[in-house]
Amino acid sequence: MFEATFFYSLAALVLGFGVMVITARNTVHSVLFLVANFLCVALLFLGLGAEFLAIIQVLVYAGGIVVLYLFVVMLVSLKGVPEGQGSPRRRAQLGFLMSAAVLAEISAILVYSARHPGNVPAAPAALQGGNTETVGMLLYTNYLVPFEVASMLLLVAMIGAILLAKKEI
Amino acid sequence: MLETYVVPLLKIAVLLNAVLVSVTYMVLLERKVIAWVQVRLGPMRVGPYGTLQPIADAIKLLLKEDITPARADRWVFTLAPIVSMVPALIAFAVIPFDREARIFGYRVPLYIADVNIGLLYILSITSISVYGIILAGYASNSKFPLLAGLRASAQLISYEVAVTIMLVSMVATAGTLSMVGIVDAQYRSGLWYAFVQPVAFVTLFIGGLAETNRAPFDLPEAEQELTGGFHTEYSGMRFALFFLAEYANMIVVSAVATTLFMGGWLRPFPNVGALSVLDFVPGWIWFLGKTFVFLYVFIWIRATLPRYRYDQLMRLGWKVLIPLGIANLVVTAIVKVLL
Repeated sequence: MFEATFFYSLAALVLGFGVMVITARNTVHSVLFLVANFLCVALLFLGLGAEFLAIIQVLVYAGGIVVLYLFVVMLVSLKGVPEGQGSPRRRAQLGFLMSAAVLAEISAILVYSARHPGNVPAAPAALQGGNTETVGMLLYTNYLVPFEVASMLLLVAMIGAILLAKKEI
Repeated sequence: MLETYVVPLLKIAVLLNAVLVSVTYMVLLERKVIAWVQVRLGPMRVGPYGTLQPIADAIKLLLKEDITPARADRWVFTLAPIVSMVPALIAFAVIPFDREARIFGYRVPLYIADVNIGLLYILSITSISVYGIILAGYASNSKFPLLAGLRASAQLISYEVAVTIMLVSMVATAGTLSMVGIVDAQYRSGLWYAFVQPVAFVTLFIGGLAETNRAPFDLPEAEQELTGGFHTEYSGMRFALFFLAEYANMIVVSAVATTLFMGGWLRPFPNVGALSVLDFVPGWIWFLGKTFVFLYVFIWIRATLPRYRYDQLMRLGWKVLIPLGIANLVVTAIVKVLL
């Protein structure tokens, strides 16, 4: 009972903040709602017993990435919302198409997973009183290649950013 | 019931009050110490030797007019002081003051929570606290606070990287992220980690100075260039909240440094039996004493050192501390594998 209440109230908050992010008129406000959204997601993770993931969510997303968003927003658009290009009707149609595609994808996944109830074991890490070790162990054994590819991707992005920012090297 | 709800709530209430009182008295201590360094007396009028000065200050700030600038972003302007104060207070949740104490025959652990991600929790809380500064700078709708807010957040983010890398090598030595576990690991190794990881210790202290915006890294508050920093437009109790948050952050940094590198509640040379005379002093007194030493050094540094230039600050962070951190991590890993 308690868990269900916890989950549904948090889920409502997450969705509510998500809507606020895209409806807020002020860009800084919308970034702030994004932070609130991330914090609620972190609480959801915490409720699932994934405390490492929850903390990383706060540390990386709320505390790192969104701060950079805020930087950019504050420096670029202090004078208010920039004038949009192109006709709003066309953009609305495009947005509608894209969200329809995402919705279709999600429902496809839902239907598929309902038909194929896999034998996914419940997360055993929560029982051992900590999943930091488990996550670390898995990252460096089973998922070593994806982990390295991801770090490579970040390195490429970093070098690209430096190349763009520096006029002459 | 008693164990799960009442005792933690009581602990939280006691801790919050203790932190707030010590924060106000930190202000007096700072004024007194700086006065002594400069061969002055400091506050002397209110109470004997000025001991009631913080209370007078608090009453004055509470009674002051609370001004919101006309073109300010009202919501965010109200939110910013709260956002900067709350992280400083909730960080205390995982700081262990002692393993346990006997209070009225009960054995009560002197920490609110011992979670196995304690150190990560502290790091994520400090990464949240930057919002208070950025938002204050943005919401004031004024040049100087905005510049100060940008400076402060750039500074905080840069030094957070260096501190985090250094803490990774500390965690590699301790083998745990739990704050209680780290103190236990120091007990087992018989050495405070300040001697095992001296580079990490010094970097943590420098990074702590930078993250709390203290001298010599108090550029966000550089009066000559920025009039007052991100809180220029704030007045009354909202200004006081920023002020208190800075001091609370100092206490957090000192307490974390004590736990991680100075053996927390352990007495000096915890494994030497000949010194067990020292055990008659309870652990939490050792803890508070060590924390106080750090706080005193904070003030001492402020009274002694001139302020850094902004490019010097950034160079120190990115070109000295971060490479040093990576080198320290590599050396720690090699030593750990070889031993």
